[in-house]
Order: sequence, then C-alpha cells, then structure tokens
Amino acid sequence: MSTLDSKIPEGPIKDKWTNHKNNIRLVNPANKRLIDVIVVGTGLAGGSAAASLAELGYNVKAFCFQDSPRRAHSIAAQGGINAAKNYQNDGDSIYRLFYDTVKGGDYRSREANVYRLAEVSGNIIDQCVAQGVPFAREYGGLLDNRSFGGVQVSRTFYAKGQTGQQLLLGAYSAMSRQIGKGRIKMYDRHEMLELVIVDGKARGIIARNLITGEIERHSAHAVVLASGGYGNVFFLSTNAMGSNATAAWRAHKKGAYFANPCFTQIHPTCIPRSGEHQSKLTLMSESLRNDGRIWVPKKKEDVLAIREGKKKPTDIPEEDRDYYLERRYPAFGNLVPRDVASRAAKERCDAGYGVNATGEAVFLDFSSAIMRYGREKANMLGEHNASEERIKELGKEVIEAKYGNLFQMYQKITDDNPYETPMMIYPAVHYTMGGLWVDYNLMTTIPGLYAAGECNFSDHGANRLGASALMQGLADGYFVLPYTIGDYLADDIRTGPIPTDTPEFDEAEKSVKERLNKFINNNGKHSVDYYHRQLGNIMWNYVGMARNAEGLKKAISDIRALRDEYHKNVRVPGSADEFNPELEKATRVADFLELGELMAVDALNRNESCGGHFREEYQTEDGEALRDDKNYAYVAAWEWTGDPSEEKLHKEELKFEYIELKTRSYK
Amino acid sequence: MNLTLKIWRQKNKNDKGRLETYQVSNISPDSSFLEMLDVLNEQLINEGKEPVAFDHDCREGICGMCSLYINGEAHGPDRGVTTCQLHMRKFKDGDTIYIEPWRSAAFPVIKDLVVDRSAFDRIMAAGGFVSVNTSGNTQDANNIPIPKDDADKAFDAATCIGCGACVATCKNGSAMLFVSAKVSQFALLPQGKVEATRRVHNMVKQMDEEGFGNCSNTGACEVECPKGISLENIARMNREYLKASIISEDEE
Repeated sequence: MSTLDSKIPEGPIKDKWTNHKNNIRLVNPANKRLIDVIVVGTGLAGGSAAASLAELGYNVKAFCFQDSPRRAHSIAAQGGINAAKNYQNDGDSIYRLFYDTVKGGDYRSREANVYRLAEVSGNIIDQCVAQGVPFAREYGGLLDNRSFGGVQVSRTFYAKGQTGQQLLLGAYSAMSRQIGKGRIKMYDRHEMLELVIVDGKARGIIARNLITGEIERHSAHAVVLASGGYGNVFFLSTNAMGSNATAAWRAHKKGAYFANPCFTQIHPTCIPRSGEHQSKLTLMSESLRNDGRIWVPKKKEDVLAIREGKKKPTDIPEEDRDYYLERRYPAFGNLVPRDVASRAAKERCDAGYGVNATGEAVFLDFSSAIMRYGREKANMLGEHNASEERIKELGKEVIEAKYGNLFQMYQKITDDNPYETPMMIYPAVHYTMGGLWVDYNLMTTIPGLYAAGECNFSDHGANRLGASALMQGLADGYFVLPYTIGDYLADDIRTGPIPTDTPEFDEAEKSVKERLNKFINNNGKHSVDYYHRQLGNIMWNYVGMARNAEGLKKAISDIRALRDEYHKNVRVPGSADEFNPELEKATRVADFLELGELMAVDALNRNESCGGHFREEYQTEDGEALRDDKNYAYVAAWEWTGDPSEEKLHKEELKFEYIELKTRSYK
Repeated sequence: MNLTLKIWRQKNKNDKGRLETYQVSNISPDSSFLEMLDVLNEQLINEGKEPVAFDHDCREGICGMCSLYINGEAHGPDRGVTTCQLHMRKFKDGDTIYIEPWRSAAFPVIKDLVVDRSAFDRIMAAGGFVSVNTSGNTQDANNIPIPKDDADKAFDAATCIGCGACVATCKNGSAMLFVSAKVSQFALLPQGKVEATRRVHNMVKQMDEEGFGNCSNTGACEVECPKGISLENIARMNREYLKASIISEDEE
C-alpha cells in the first residue's frame, strides 16, 4: 500500500504556514503572464481563486454551468462565517477555532490544514469588508457576531440569513473586475465533462457549451476544481438542482484519489418533506438555534393529537414538552453540532414522537426568544410596564431583523406563520465533508490538479461545524491556492502554451462524445429523474443518518443493479448539439450512480462511528458515536481501478500533536 | 389540481416561437411552480416529446436563476418571491396559466423559457466592484465604523439576486433598478465611496450600450422585485450620476 504524502511543513504548528510561504517558489510577474490556469466552479472557493490568480497575473479561464458566476450554490449559505477575531472578548483565539474545528470534526481532519484555516480566518473578514460586503453591524458601527453549534464563543459574522449571498457577490465582484480587465475569460453555461492529462500532469479539460452543445477543448498549465460537493447523490438535499459531482468524479477516474466519501453532513434543521413531487429540501439556518428551542411532546397522546390536528403545539403546556437537546446535552443545549442534533431528532422520531403526519418532524420554537428580546427592547425604549402583547410585538420585530428572510421563506413553503407557531423541522442532506484528497498545498494526487472548497476533503473531518464552509471556501481561494499554486507553476515558465491538437485531447474529446451519444441514442423507457429518485431512496435508507453493515451491503448491490438498469433504460430526449437540460442531468446522474456505491463501500470499510458517519454497531450505551482511534484514525483515500467496488484503499494516518484525542462530549 | 398550461415554445434564438397548450393533472397545492413544471416534463418525456426548457437552480429563491412571466407577471402572482418559491396553492383548480420567458431586447431567448442575461454580467464587469486586491492585507475590519443605518441600507440594496424581473416588468425594458442597487450598495459604504464617480459613470454607460431602455418612474420594477429592492436606489443612482457628470466636466 503506497503512502500518501500530505507535504505538511516542518516546525511548530503556529509557524508552519508562515514558514511554508517563505520557502516555496514564486513566479515573477512577467512569467505569470505566460501561464494559464483553469478554474472549474465559481462559488466561494472558485470565485475567490479565479479573482486572486488573475490579480496575480495568471491567465485565468473560469467555468460554471450556471448562466452567471454569481449563481453558484455558495449563494444559498445562510447563517454566517466563522473567524477568530475575538471582537466579543469572550475568550476566542486561533487556537480555540482550530480546536473546535478538529473536535467538531470528531478528530478525523488534518491538524496542520485546520490550523492554517483558523489562522487566515480573520483576514477573510478584513478582506470582505474592504470589498464592500455589508455584514451586520451594531449601533456603534462595529461588526456583530452570533453563535453556531459546537462552540461556546460568538465568532460568526453574518449578513442576516444571506451571508453566503453577500460573500459570493463579493467574490463575484472581484471576479468581475478581472473579467473587465480581460484577466479572466469567463465561460458560463459550460460544464466540464473530462479532465485531460498530458505526461502525467493535469493540462486541460473538455467542456460542453450548454447552449450550443459544442464540445470544447481548453488547455492550461494547472487545473483547479472548485466544483462543490456531492450531496445530490441523495436526490433530495439542500443543494441546488444543478449541483453535481461530475468534475470531481471525472478527475477521480483519471487518477485523483477520493477521500472519506462516506462523510456526509445531515443538517438538523430543514423543512420536512411534503410530498411525492418534491424536488429539493430547504434549509433553515443553524443560526436559528441561537434563539429557537427544539422540542417534541413528552406524551404520546399529545403527539397523536397534534398529528390529527386536534391540538396545536401552542396548546402543549411547558411541563409536557421535552426539550430533548437541553435535556441530553446541558452544556451546549440547542447548540450541539449538527451530527449530534440530527441523530437526536431521528432518535425521538424513531421512538414515535415525530409531530407531523409522516412522523418525521420536530418543533423549533421561538416563543421564549420573542418574549426575551421583547422585554429587552421594551426596557431600551423605557417601556417598563409594557403589556404581554406589546412585548410580543417588540420581540417579533427583533426576530424579524435577525432572521426575517428565513421566516418568510418558511412561511412561503409551508403556509404556516413561524412567528405564531413553532416551525417544524427535520434533518436533510446538506454538505459532504469527503471529497478529492489533497495535500497541504491543496494538490490532488494528479500533479497540477488542485481541489478547493467543498470539492476537497481537507478541513472538516467527519463533521463540519456551522459557518465553517464559507470560511474554508474563501480561505482556500483567496489565501491558500494563490501561494501554493506558484510553487508548482514555477516549473512551467518556459513551457509555453499547452497545445490542444494532441492525442490526449483527441482521446478525451472522443470519450465525451461517445458518452453523450450513447445517452441520446439509448431510446430507453424512463426519465433521468426516475432513476435519480430511486438512487436517493437507497442512499437515504442505507447510507444516511444511521448505517449498518447489512444495509450497506444491500445498498451496494441495489446501486449496482440500478446502474445497469439506468444505462439500459434511461431515456434522454433531444440531441447532443443543442441546449438540452435532460442530457446534462443524464451525465451527472451516471456519475452519482458510481459515487453512491463508493460512499457505501467507504462506510462499510469504516467500522466505527465518527461525526456524521454513524454505524449502528458502534455506539455507546446512551447512543453516542463510538470512535475507534486505534484502527481508524486515518483518511481513507480511494483509488479508481475500474469499478466502484474494486477501488484500492490508501490510508493517510492522522497524527494529533496539538490536540489530545478524546471522546467528543457536549454534555 | 388540474390545470391548463399555455407555454411559450421556441427551439432556439432563430425560431419564431409560439404558445402551446398542455394539460397537467393531480398537482399538489403544496408543490412549487417549478415542481409542477417537473411533472409536465416527466409527462412529456414519457410521451416521447421534448420537455420544456426553463432556468432554475437553487429552488430557494436566492440564486436568481429562475425567471418566467406567469399570467403576465414576473415570477407570478405572489409578491416578494421568485418563481421557485411560488406555490401552487396560489392558483385554483381548473385555472389556465400562461407561461412566457422574460421579454426584453437585451435578454434574447435561448430556448423556450430560457433567456440570455449576460448583459448584467457585462454591466458588473464595467464597474460593479471596489478596486481592492484580495491579498487580505487590508486594515482590520473594525477600523472604520459604519453607521448601522448605512450598513443596513447597503445590505438591502445588496440583496438583489440579478434575476432580471425588473427589466422584464418594465415597459421600457430598463435595467435601472438592477444597476442602481449595486451603485447604491457601494455608494453607501466608505469602502465604495472612493471610486463612486467612476463606477456609476461606467456602469450606466455599459447599461446603455446593452440596449436597456430608460426609466420613466413607473415603479413596476419595485412591485415585481422578488427581493423588494427599493426605488430609492434609482433616486440615489441619479444623484450619483449627476455628481459624476459635474465632476467629470470639471476634470475636462
């Protein structure tokens, strides 16, 4: 078994990044003009990388499948972005953010990468403010913070419930500036369908122009994948409809190892499923758990009465409510990490306490926060004898200012008013911690191929803390890649442009065209969605919130059967040389049908429970995850050998020098 | 619910296009408008026909990808929402629904209900940014306090999702609400003020070159905007533009 070289720099952890930056090679400005870099994806990681690389002087070609780089799914991130600024003077520090992230990830991430992330987190906020990102502010004009799960400080910066939008528009504006200068050539409505490798190095991509259907060759000296996560393997998730794994999966099949594919984040607070034709699930930001209290009734008869509509949640007296997170985890209460909160909701619903018709929902209640804020506001206004009604009114105003857009979204979808009655929520697939394996420089196992943001596996271990995805995406793109990529490109200053009329490009283009034509000529029976839904059901039932060996084996054989059936019987209308959304879906789902199997294989291999990966066989007496550090403190990096069930496992042992491995407790 | 749909079909930008009629049945009032179109498309695929092309992505009202002119209104009859957040409970069983693409000279149709909005990106590239490099070596984020009121107003303007409903709604096909939201966001913040003059000048110039119409203060854009972007932004942009004109004359 080959060993993976993570290229972690020598020296004390707090000096590693600084020393590394001082020692790696640079490319001088005149030579940067001779070098091309492809960036696939324009979310926080890709957008910030493209802008930064272009500012440095490289010729950047950026690709996104949406009609504009501004629409990448980072835009939907709601709650906030973490940074160890310690503006609240509540004991925060780089070390504490580092510690919280490693612990939150259940000790399955690489210490050096996480420390660097914490180290640059403050710069992100400075940078974004300088770009004109309108973060929330206090009356004194300084930045406001709130808390997220799994931590005991307030370090989350936010812009109402639209933080991802504002940060992405910041990165998009930085990109726009470079597009205007001609430093970035933007290819929107383009999808990468293959990676091109020349002499063992990533040297280009094959992309489809989604408007004309034309297959295009694009070459570069390095390729950056920032194409996001693979939550849509589950069909229903909080991801955008177009979010897909194709760029990463194509790279995997060309030699990039895929790390920890089974680490999936199921987010505790999403709007429950409503019906058969549901196409996606909508998140209700974790920030709501700052003020919302999660509960189910204590008595089964109340549960039934609520399901049948005979009682309203507001009819249940305080003493008959089970605030189960506060009960089980007094130290962190409603702000336990996502994996813990999701499992606890599942536990209550499995026990028969779910509060909607399908039995898969719990309450998220704002009534006590409304009263608390209302009283505070009344005092500020000098209304010391305010009536209950008045307090409620003032409290609602405060809640609206904090979470207005989320409450509106909830009301539009469910037709319920969350100011008056508790929200109903249930866990849903949200984020994937696994992804392409990268070293400290964010390079994959293919030289010259980099992966950034959710696309890589690096920083979140087995569970990501809230408000850390935005942090990682921007850290990778603004502050890490622009340095580390130069070290690699320093060898390419005399290479000259990479030609595209070579056998490698011919072969890659041919394989793409064959794949597309096969779908078009298949004349099958059922639509792509018909199969995608079935894949989603298999994944949710057997590779979801709770997994066991038997179920995972079943998932593997079911997915294999479904994949065969898909390739025989899928029907894709239209042709390959036109705007054809069904064809786009067909290639993405073909890749999901392979990746889904690898996720099950990885979950079956990992005989322990950690973070979002919960194996029912491995739990403590009170139902908490039971880790096995002796045997599984490693990153599982899988190498493609021709079939998802035959992939070769490579292990990167995780060494913890600065944080002691402990049982993760939030009690 | 059972519905009759009259949908604009157009093979590509050169095709003339026409309305075609479809029937869908058993639609849940809790499904979204786009989920209703998913049902139609599934039906068309099963019948061996070509599905209707429409733009969509996040389906939670934030990416700005979805569009659709529904019964003569951008994003349909509900207020403060995009088409993906419009739910079928806003319609009645037996309704006939007209579905058309955005109509504007600056947004040519690509196929069926899909239009080309890249003009917005070109306006952004002309000046929709603060000229600061992404080095991170800026000053501490809290060095310049910003009055909460200004920050809140800048945020409200910045919530524009670039969907183009304002243009589609405007009888003149004007992009003033979109452009003014960006101009306002930066003009309200100290970081953006430095180059406010250049910005407004360049963005307006690009807007005019893209073939958008003029603003005649009808205010339909504000009503149809799914994010409630205020007309005040247009007033603010006009002030900024006037300032810019005076300054550039001075410079000459």
